[in-house]
Amino acid sequence: MTTVGSSGGATDPSSRGANATPAPAKRREPEAPRAAVALSPEGVALAERLPVAFASHGIEVDAALDEVVCMVPADHLVDLCRQLKDESAFGFEYLRLITVVDYVEQDGEFEVVYHLFSLANHHKMMVKTRIPDRRASVPSVTGVWRGADWYEREMHDLFGVVFEGHPDLSPLVLPDDFEGFPGRKSYPLHDYEEW
Amino acid sequence: MAIEDRGITEGRGNTPAQSPFQRSAVPGVITANADQLVAMARKSSLWPLTFGLACCAIEMISTYMPHHDADRFGIVTWPSPRQSDVMIVAGTVVKKMAEPIKLLYEQMPDPKWVIAMGSCATNGGPYYRSYSVVMGVDHLIPVDIYVPGCPPRPEALMDGFLKLQKKIQADARQGNVG
Amino acid sequence: MHQPGSESGTVDMMINMGPQHPATHGVFRMELRVDGEQIQDLVPHIGYLHRGSEKLCEHELYSQIITLFDRLDYISNFNNELVIVSAVEKLMGVEPPPRAELIRIIMCEFNRIASHMIFYGTFAIDMGALTPVLYNFRDREKIQSLFESVSGARLMHNYFRVGGVKQDVGDDFPERAMALCDELERGIDETDRLLTENEIFIERTSGIGVISGEDALDWGLSGPVLRASGVPYDVRVDEPYSRYDELDFGIPVGSAGDSWDRFYLRILEARESISIIRQAIALMEPGDTMAQIRRIARPPAGEVYAHCENPRGDLGVYIVSDGGERPYRLKVRPPSFCNLQALRDLTVGHYIADAVVILGTLDIVLGEVDR
Repeated sequence: MTTVGSSGGATDPSSRGANATPAPAKRREPEAPRAAVALSPEGVALAERLPVAFASHGIEVDAALDEVVCMVPADHLVDLCRQLKDESAFGFEYLRLITVVDYVEQDGEFEVVYHLFSLANHHKMMVKTRIPDRRASVPSVTGVWRGADWYEREMHDLFGVVFEGHPDLSPLVLPDDFEGFPGRKSYPLHDYEEW
Repeated sequence: MAIEDRGITEGRGNTPAQSPFQRSAVPGVITANADQLVAMARKSSLWPLTFGLACCAIEMISTYMPHHDADRFGIVTWPSPRQSDVMIVAGTVVKKMAEPIKLLYEQMPDPKWVIAMGSCATNGGPYYRSYSVVMGVDHLIPVDIYVPGCPPRPEALMDGFLKLQKKIQADARQGNVG
Repeated sequence: MHQPGSESGTVDMMINMGPQHPATHGVFRMELRVDGEQIQDLVPHIGYLHRGSEKLCEHELYSQIITLFDRLDYISNFNNELVIVSAVEKLMGVEPPPRAELIRIIMCEFNRIASHMIFYGTFAIDMGALTPVLYNFRDREKIQSLFESVSGARLMHNYFRVGGVKQDVGDDFPERAMALCDELERGIDETDRLLTENEIFIERTSGIGVISGEDALDWGLSGPVLRASGVPYDVRVDEPYSRYDELDFGIPVGSAGDSWDRFYLRILEARESISIIRQAIALMEPGDTMAQIRRIARPPAGEVYAHCENPRGDLGVYIVSDGGERPYRLKVRPPSFCNLQALRDLTVGHYIADAVVILGTLDIVLGEVDR
């Protein structure tokens, strides 16, 4: 079984707050044997093809459980996504999810994660890019998948990440006068005036 | 056949509720002030505003639907605030929704009553610590009846309505109407 | 807004619908710009039920998160629970016992029928047919009483656990479930007879809100809305989870991609669900319903994406774990959220009354759109 290595900055529990202290287990029960969750044959083939096809993009290919993970610099993101969608060997016509993970405490970076799926070739992957929290901006992929529109708006709302080239980044889920970025770890959970 | 012969004690089962006209000292005659009579009419035809916020709305709809059938209490839903008497706040009130709720409440004509349905509308419920949730709708508008539960069963909401009816009558007796 | 150059010399009008409009199925607001009756533009506004669930999930134990997932898509609670428990199980490498898997499948499929029944009823109301909803809720009440006998709750069950289910079902469960299947089958047929071939119904829905399969994929649509456009994508078949690969069922696929297809597809889906339930009950054997794992789940560090076929589409969850007992980051892939994005494209050019019909066929649940 593979877990994230280089790409997972959250592996150090000591950097977390009070939540990281493990509760003493009162009763030890036997652990069930771990089922093998690994890359499917399509996934293995994809992981082999990616570094060859995108050698000039500076990508790093890894795996997380049953998903291929592809790390790409933000400059090459849109180009990579467009080729992943248009080239029939990849055929990622379906964008499942865009999300932002906050690693500011650990590395001073945000990680933007794109989950892609190909119906035709029946494989899936994650594209990841890292951006510094000082200049949290990443090119928008709305030109590639129209479905990226609201995901990017929502992530802009909650994390303050700017998606350059997005047609309309006005607040989506938060009220217009909301201050702060509640998705970030630095935003307190319950530290505000009740009303 | 008398009720007792059928094994049914009076006041339970399928016996009709006692009318206030029979309870009075002179049968068929009651003395009450006009407010109390008007309150009797009001409480018997409560029109709640059709308006659901979240999960509790599903149980609210179940209450109106055939199995539980709130119509038998004279409760008929109405989609416009201008003709409604009761507002059921069924679900989580978030800060973005606060203004519309206040507006709806203000659009309703007096006398009007509010039922806070479920724990979210009462005090935030499972979303108590959330950054975007109002900790109970009573921060925005006055609430008459709180119905506990997450979500409350239809029976609980019906009980809330019956409590509201009692409250309307009691208010009229004490002279504070509307 | 004002168009001096328009031929008829008329001015476009802005109409606001919601956030408490009965036809918006919750707290959804849309601004319509209309020329006469015809919609020129539509701006959807969401966030009137944004409860910050994802942030709250990051501060709860994995077992507590299940309760928050119950309240996401509050019409299909079991399906939501399945997503979060299967994600944690996948990350921990836990395999639930076969009996628990079958109980989960049966509950999820009953919930799919219950959810579709709300859809038929409210969709008919949107078009002015006030009768079907009464029949649908009558049948849904029966499903809920079965749920209550199994989980103890009518709506928010909190019944699935990481590694199994809370408790075994009662001895009389198979007979009750089988009898309920027969009743539901009659109920679905009734709705079918009431609506599907109705002349007015066809006039109102056929050719309304057409979306091609290609566009639907581009928008990231899923579930019945995607399949009505002719794309046979169903997570139960494409990436089988639980024990769906042992069951034999069909995936109804539409062709026109209009509102009528989206409606009828859900009727067919409910029938398939009944067949799934019958097969699953036949496969049930006595045994454990909970895997032997620690009480407090502590998945290893890593990340996982797990998804299941919800009545509304492909509901997924992405969890980043740092090895603690609470997730570091949790993000939901909400199917209604994606489906709602396409509303503007579907609606522009149609009449105001059609906007309500199209919104109805998307079958959104705001708890999941806003989270």
